[in-house]
Amino acid sequence: MTPRKVAIFAMAIAACVLLAFALVKAVRLFTGAAPAPGGAVVATAGAEIGGPFALTDAGGKRVTDADFRGRYVLIYFGYTFCPDVCPTELQAMGRALDLLGPAGEKIVPVFISVDPARDTPETLAKYVRAFHPRMIGLSGSEEDIARAAKAFRVYYRLGRPSAPGAKDYLVDHTSFIYLMGPDGKLAVLLRGGAGAEAIAQGIRSALP
Amino acid sequence: MRFRSFFAAAVFALAAVPVSSAHDYSKGKMVVDHPWARATIGTARPGAVYLALINEGKVADKLLSATTPVATRVEIHRSFMEGSVMRMAPVDGVAVAPGRTVEFAPGGLHLMLMGLKKELAAGDRISLTLVFEKAGRIEAKVTVMPMGAGAHGGGMKH
Repeated sequence: MTPRKVAIFAMAIAACVLLAFALVKAVRLFTGAAPAPGGAVVATAGAEIGGPFALTDAGGKRVTDADFRGRYVLIYFGYTFCPDVCPTELQAMGRALDLLGPAGEKIVPVFISVDPARDTPETLAKYVRAFHPRMIGLSGSEEDIARAAKAFRVYYRLGRPSAPGAKDYLVDHTSFIYLMGPDGKLAVLLRGGAGAEAIAQGIRSALP
Repeated sequence: MRFRSFFAAAVFALAAVPVSSAHDYSKGKMVVDHPWARATIGTARPGAVYLALINEGKVADKLLSATTPVATRVEIHRSFMEGSVMRMAPVDGVAVAPGRTVEFAPGGLHLMLMGLKKELAAGDRISLTLVFEKAGRIEAKVTVMPMGAGAHGGGMKH
């Protein structure tokens, strides 16, 4: 092998390692902040999570992050085709708001779809109503969703359908619950699977 | 991992339930306890069935497959966290050791009803046939709960 070939080979290896590192980091963005044992809190105010988004609600109206200023917003990213985890998390979110009583009534629960191709505004409306009477379902173009997901550091990847062109693919996605403050900034980040009580407790810890 | 301890607690809690409840379907030493499904919107989305398998016998058994008249096929799936990503993958059979209970619960093991032939509406009772390596076929009636039902099909009060 000539020195030139060795150099090219070394550079290629280095590029692969860097790429792998970046991928792992992208996927495991949140794992560095280990939750307290038994608690649902992953990150608190000050973490650079959340940002501008522009999406579409069930009525076809454009909704942006600015529309929620002055209110607490509880956000979950998922997809309605998800038969197991998403309904479980949304149920826990709705139940947590009930557990919070009057404080919960001031929080707007929001479900953002990472599967806009299948989650039409009409489907979303029916879906979110099952989990909380005030829950808002948001969708949008692929670009809209990608931008919102990026702002909230949400990773998602569409799986393979059972047959080419079939609409039964699954979607891998990060499962976090975001409480955004009245200023539009993160108040608390809660991990999925924590259950309604832990979510309610995490929200309470972030409210004034 | 906290999820695992939750799962263990859930299994424990269920194991404490007397198996003579009105919801169990048994054959020989295998009991299928409290099967329930989540309601669906239309038929385009898959349904999910949860239940507990209680092996009261002295030998290990294994759930191999399941069928229902309301779906073209039933797949055994497990949701799991990989790093911080929630994933779901098919499972090739579920072993139940003697004296043990394996719970299919939200956020973990579940039966996916693919290609629904009818919408699953809260209150419906659907037929489900489970096929075990040793116990053979067990017929069960699955109660459809509201879409917003929590763990064990309860906790909905809106």
